[in-house]
Amino acid sequence: MTHYRFHILCCGGTGCKASNSAGIVRKFEAVLKEKNINDVQVITTGCFGFCEKGPIVKILPDNTFYVQVKEDDVENIVNEHIIKGRKVERLLYTDPKSEGHVSDSKHMGFYKKQMRIALRNCGFINPEDIREYIAREGYAALGKVLTEMTPEAAIDEMTKSGLRGRGGAGFPTGLKWGFARKSVADQKYVVCNADEGDPGAFMDRSILEGDPHSVIEAMAICGYCIGATKGLVYIRAEYPLAIKRLQIAIDQAREYGLLGKDILGTGFEFDIELRYGAGAFVCGEETALIHSMEGQRGEPTVKPPFPAVKGYMGKPTNVNNVETFANVPVIYLKGADWFNKIGTEKSKGTKVFALAGKINNVGLIEVPMGTTLREIIYEIGGGIKGGKKFKAVQTGGPSGGCLTEKDLDTPVDYESLAAAKSIMGSGGMIVMDEDNCMVAIAKFYLDFTVDESCGKCTPCRVGNKRMNEILDKIIKGNGTMEDIELLKNLATVIQDTALCGLGQTAPNPVLSTLNNFYDEYVAHVKDKKCPAGQCKDLLSYVINPDKCMGCTACARKCPVAAITGTVKQPHKIDQAKCIKCGTCLDTCKFGAISKQ
Amino acid sequence: MAVKSLADLKKMSSEFKNTVSLRENGDNVDSLIQIKVAMATCGIASGAKEVMDFYLEELDKQGIKAVVTQTGCMGYCYAEPTIEVKLPGKDPIVFGHVNVEKASEILEKYIKNGELVEGIIPVNYETVK
Repeated sequence: MTHYRFHILCCGGTGCKASNSAGIVRKFEAVLKEKNINDVQVITTGCFGFCEKGPIVKILPDNTFYVQVKEDDVENIVNEHIIKGRKVERLLYTDPKSEGHVSDSKHMGFYKKQMRIALRNCGFINPEDIREYIAREGYAALGKVLTEMTPEAAIDEMTKSGLRGRGGAGFPTGLKWGFARKSVADQKYVVCNADEGDPGAFMDRSILEGDPHSVIEAMAICGYCIGATKGLVYIRAEYPLAIKRLQIAIDQAREYGLLGKDILGTGFEFDIELRYGAGAFVCGEETALIHSMEGQRGEPTVKPPFPAVKGYMGKPTNVNNVETFANVPVIYLKGADWFNKIGTEKSKGTKVFALAGKINNVGLIEVPMGTTLREIIYEIGGGIKGGKKFKAVQTGGPSGGCLTEKDLDTPVDYESLAAAKSIMGSGGMIVMDEDNCMVAIAKFYLDFTVDESCGKCTPCRVGNKRMNEILDKIIKGNGTMEDIELLKNLATVIQDTALCGLGQTAPNPVLSTLNNFYDEYVAHVKDKKCPAGQCKDLLSYVINPDKCMGCTACARKCPVAAITGTVKQPHKIDQAKCIKCGTCLDTCKFGAISKQ
Repeated sequence: MAVKSLADLKKMSSEFKNTVSLRENGDNVDSLIQIKVAMATCGIASGAKEVMDFYLEELDKQGIKAVVTQTGCMGYCYAEPTIEVKLPGKDPIVFGHVNVEKASEILEKYIKNGELVEGIIPVNYETVK
């Protein structure tokens, strides 16, 4: 067999693919062939996490980390790095603090504080090749559980590990499996919830794209534990690449006899099928998800009965999230005692977060529970974009809350985040800076939940709609102080009365912003001003006649011809015509235009 | 290609191991033996490629965990091919005039037993960190 000198890993996650990583792979293959180099292997992997600077190309064994690579750079990399052994400096990651090039990923601040368990294979193996997964002890956990453990012992081990549901609610996984085990039925089901729907979250997608076999293996283990022979992955059709790789992985696992009848000669039978969702947020709720899989409307029903008793097709069903499953094989390989030493007292292990918003290093990260928000935002995330001031971070997406400067030293775990009046959620982490209006943020999330509400219960269908209208009124400058009170009232009623998690948590962003940024609401209502300068109806662009040189630049750029004046004379903006696009502000070289 | 038992799976895992071992080794390079072969024009012309291939094959055959990489010209063009060997926890040592025969001697004596062999080029410069 060929001994490879180098492995060239190209990120094949959705982000990097969108910036032509597939073209880069083809180009590498073509250039290597043309130069007759046959001891270098090009591999497409899953997400490296550093999406901000994609497409990423990593060269091993020397761990060189090239960022923002273009097809035209490929020839250069081959000539310099592969043939001559010199790193291509201009493509290396530049450390924003020291401004020096960082030649290998081990020295990048982004990776230093991370600990990768669920993402252990992402950006490392080729997700479309089962052999690479097996080489990394893939399916060994399944083998161990099937040959050495009874289902009860395996569930005990899971309970001991302290793993809790990574979909957001944090229910102990071992306990959940135990409930499903206790239910008696001729058929049970294992369901993987891959209906990731929070705006700005892409943890589950990246795991499925980068390491689909870990989820398949975990589902089989779960099947053995609860006594199920069938697994279903409920995945949204908006994730075509994840679907493709998952299907390839399932086919390969069947071919290798790791799914199907008599797995590893133990007599255990398990197989997995995919079910596509149409991308409705409510279908992430387990009862709605089950109804959707049955071909019914994606609407939640009251629990109990819990799915562990009566789920898919009326049979006991265990539903776990993608990231929860991705942790499972490692727990059995390394043992519950290894896993429960990571993290905090009640939150064990690590958590994957999708960093997004006004942060320098947008991307996918995994940190031990207990890491503080400050460490995540400033050390891993590299701080706020453009040197602006941090204002808030939203965890838990539209069901969560915002955390402010005072909460930055909160350790990230289920209890601490709840104590700070937010939630862990599934892992979306959206960072906001001083230019974000918190009333507008609340409205953004509420817009989302109003859109996604299934309409079954009144509090959610009507209540959230009314709240959204009040927020709209405030943003437009027509709000009253009574409106703010009404908002609070409605929010608590909806929390108490809505049928499912979607409705019950929909008011959270409103309450949380009211709590932390009450002054901003008051400014909108009383002063008719938006302190962050984001709400268009409450701000006007004005020209300072003392500074205006009459260069006419703004007047020429204005799309609605709202600026008038003669050359070398101060100009004026007609407020009636102005659409507040901000073009004039960006155009003025003399700082004569300001937002008020 | 069916995996019929856990033993089968384990066998398969070790068979496939070398598809990812280069990457795994690269991940914890500091704890491994590192061999850098100078592969600039001068090095290649005097046979560095053969030396590199020798190490890649031989280390794999003998099951020794090591990272073999190439570097640019180290400046000792008079002594090509040159290689730099760094054992874990020790300072790197540069050897000159390394043909396959010499490479084998370095492997057997220095890499495996820590015995020094002829042909060491004293390091007479400092690297800017």
